[in-house]
Amino acid sequence: MADRTVVIVGAGPAGTRAAARLVAAGVRPIVIDEAVANGGQIYRRQPPQFRRPAKALYGFEAAKAEALHGTFETLRPSIDYRAQTLVWHIYDGEVHTLTGNQARRIRYDALILATGATDRIMPVPGWTLPGVYSLGGAQIALKAQACAIGSNVVFMGSGPLLYLVAYQYAKAGARVAAVLDTSTLAASIRAMPLLAARPGMLAKGLFYTAELHRHGVKIVRGVTPVAIEGTDEASGVVVRDASGGERRIACDAVGIGYGLRSETQLADLARCEFAFDTVAQQWLPVTDADGRASTPFVYLAGDGARVLGADAAEMAGQLAACAALRDLGAMVSDDEIRELREGLAPMARFRQGLETAFAWPARFAAGLPDEAVVCRCECITAGELRSVARDKGAPEVNRAKALSRLGMGRCQGRMCGLAGAEVLADALGVPVAEVGRLRGQGPVKPLPVNTEMAP
Amino acid sequence: MGRFHRLGETDRAPVRIEIDGASVLALAGDTLQVAILTHAGSLRRNEFDGGPRAGFCLMAACQDCLVWTVTGEQLRGCSTEVEQGMRIVTRGPAWQIEP
Amino acid sequence: MNAPVRNDVIVVGGGIMGAATAFFLRKRGVSVALLERGLVGQQASGVNFGNVRRQGRFLPQLPLANRARGIWGRLNELLGEDAEFLPSGHIRVAFRPEDVTRLEAHVAAVREYGLELEMVTGNALRARYPYLAPGVLAASLSPVDGHANPRLAAPAFGRAAAREGALVVENAEVLGIEKDGTDFVVETAGAGTYRAPVVQISAGVWGGALSARFGEPVPIVAKGPQMAVTEPMPYRIEPVVGVASSIEEEGIYFRQVKRGNIVWGGGWRGPALPDIQRAYVDPMNTLRQLPMLRRVIPALGALRTIRTWSGIEGYLPDDIPIMGPSGKVSGLFYAFGFCGHGFQLGPGVGDVMAELIATGRTTTPIAPFHIGRFAS
Repeated sequence: MADRTVVIVGAGPAGTRAAARLVAAGVRPIVIDEAVANGGQIYRRQPPQFRRPAKALYGFEAAKAEALHGTFETLRPSIDYRAQTLVWHIYDGEVHTLTGNQARRIRYDALILATGATDRIMPVPGWTLPGVYSLGGAQIALKAQACAIGSNVVFMGSGPLLYLVAYQYAKAGARVAAVLDTSTLAASIRAMPLLAARPGMLAKGLFYTAELHRHGVKIVRGVTPVAIEGTDEASGVVVRDASGGERRIACDAVGIGYGLRSETQLADLARCEFAFDTVAQQWLPVTDADGRASTPFVYLAGDGARVLGADAAEMAGQLAACAALRDLGAMVSDDEIRELREGLAPMARFRQGLETAFAWPARFAAGLPDEAVVCRCECITAGELRSVARDKGAPEVNRAKALSRLGMGRCQGRMCGLAGAEVLADALGVPVAEVGRLRGQGPVKPLPVNTEMAP
Repeated sequence: MGRFHRLGETDRAPVRIEIDGASVLALAGDTLQVAILTHAGSLRRNEFDGGPRAGFCLMAACQDCLVWTVTGEQLRGCSTEVEQGMRIVTRGPAWQIEP
Repeated sequence: MNAPVRNDVIVVGGGIMGAATAFFLRKRGVSVALLERGLVGQQASGVNFGNVRRQGRFLPQLPLANRARGIWGRLNELLGEDAEFLPSGHIRVAFRPEDVTRLEAHVAAVREYGLELEMVTGNALRARYPYLAPGVLAASLSPVDGHANPRLAAPAFGRAAAREGALVVENAEVLGIEKDGTDFVVETAGAGTYRAPVVQISAGVWGGALSARFGEPVPIVAKGPQMAVTEPMPYRIEPVVGVASSIEEEGIYFRQVKRGNIVWGGGWRGPALPDIQRAYVDPMNTLRQLPMLRRVIPALGALRTIRTWSGIEGYLPDDIPIMGPSGKVSGLFYAFGFCGHGFQLGPGVGDVMAELIATGRTTTPIAPFHIGRFAS
């Protein structure tokens, strides 16, 4: 096994556990990560100049975070760790990397993609204003930089991250103007049987809510976002509440998000098959029970394959490594694999519960005014998207992209792809699965024209 | 008037940078985005609606936190550490096309 | 089973050639069904570089290119839509004296075809194009050529053809074309049957399989352009820029669109797989193209590439398209295999083919493109 080249993309929970399992089998994996330090997003590390203890950064997850970081430190001598390195393409059995402006290519025997997730965004008029950030972004400002995104922050959206980040801000001394939840209490109650698959998670959610109340933070459920107001920066949020009346909350920053969206672009470039996942309401790469993708010797683990959270990511990382090892001819016990699969089972149930309680508000796409910006890179509005559907016959997202420019900007559809599909589907009167998904093209992130091939 | 609000961890070494010609102090360990947004309200202008932008995702996904240096280099604010002597322009781009 | 739909003409293939032909046939009062397997303009027509240029062509192609240029100039009013044609000029730059000599010879040679090119050198070169690298010795300028948006042009032709009364059928894969007396019968996969006394094959690289069925096989191969685009920058580079060189890898070309992005391609081709309708950009080609770009305009080094794409272009070994009547079957016409340089010609091809089909002749010489040159 020592002579096999196994590449892991991502040094978060999934990538770390995959690396650990491979090292235990005598492999020296190449671990490639874009960030300056390991940990991914949920266990993102603060820079060395910061002093806050793990408890302050990670709360209930402090022990897990420290364990993960400790594991990675222990692994360092046994892995080929390439930080601040982007994998910008996968082609013909090789990963193409970029470090600074140096391009390299690595032929792999096995490839584990552990690329994580970003926030899932539903645009609202005003969402491109300074002061508006994703929930994940707001959390990173606090966790990694000890900053609040503003001095009076509204958090809006749905999902566990909404309450977690709001609580973290309140606890750190930031002023939280309100938590505006687009989901309803009724939906949470409906989801209880599924959420009960992970009672610890449920308890945490209730704790965060109680703490927010204790801090005097106003929590409103069942809202429909109307707009984020402001000329050159956010100055307030307008929502319609459950009774149908409009409410305006003054603020100077807004954190928005509706759950997470898997980063699947590299799986796409590796020519993995995708299918529409009705629970996630996203196109996701198809994998078997152990994380094997349809492309031989490509494995997917963690939120980058399917959003199941950090605990699941750790198990999935180890499981993907097991699958890779088996496929490379190494011995892996059936027991190990069975235990990991069993450990993952409640995660999927819980995820289903989350999607029930905190559904992706696809219905908001229909309500977006024509002037609302959907693609923030290219400033493409909902109206322009609707017109290519109605007047230019665009039946699916790639054609809509070609005719409207949605998804042609620097972020290549990461922020707008899901919402764009919903707007298009609504304009065409078809289910969102029918409008397809944006076809991935390299580079997955911008490649400098002054890039040189490393000697 | 800055956008981001420091909530502690201010006992770090100062780092002097320039934003639109004005000399300001950031702290060692700040990202360039934080260094700028603790003093200014935005990082750049969008090419198409001219609107000010201050980033969005802080995790190198949205590409909306780009910042130009006076020497015509482009940096991604959220993933670049602030360094002494950086000279930033928020009304860019500072693309110098003539050789 | 519905009765076959009858028209004067069936056009097989809805790229720019087919869509433009359908449009101009309607302008001549000829009824036409345009059958496209996918969506109009989805293949080579939609992914090419977007050059609308006349210099650097096989000289006998110039009358056709001139005719096309005339139509480009009034395309927006003709189609009622904006295909973003910008007559911003087109320059070919040379780094070596022998390439300058070749450019000068070309300038002289195209004059008789009515194309006025200008050699720009020395101080004028530096004044007009200050961004060009010092190593550029000369530029051959075609002042009224330029570029357009390939994603928009063919679909605009298709919509205009439909507004003029053409039957435009998308998602209509052609399964077979049979001659039945004086009529052709065209069978599609689930989109009905069509009859007409005239058929035009404008099916790109897939046209070769269709011409072979009529006893006129051609050695057409598929190649994928290696295209890329940068993030948007302030609009500073007006002309389309190409490099004149005998070394293929140096043959980079690029254009800046009004929105500011710089599109480029050239130097290398990539894998194109017509059977699965897929084409790929080899990332190594993108990496190889980058220094070629910087060689022409060093300041491009400050930009970033945000996307690459390819497509399926059909090439003949003599780099000349197949255009004109069949050599064997009456009522059958061809316009395919434009070797990666068909976009500019498209409106002209449509106009010429419509004229040929409707009147039996065309004023624009197209004999060098006849399929008969491959008859064994």
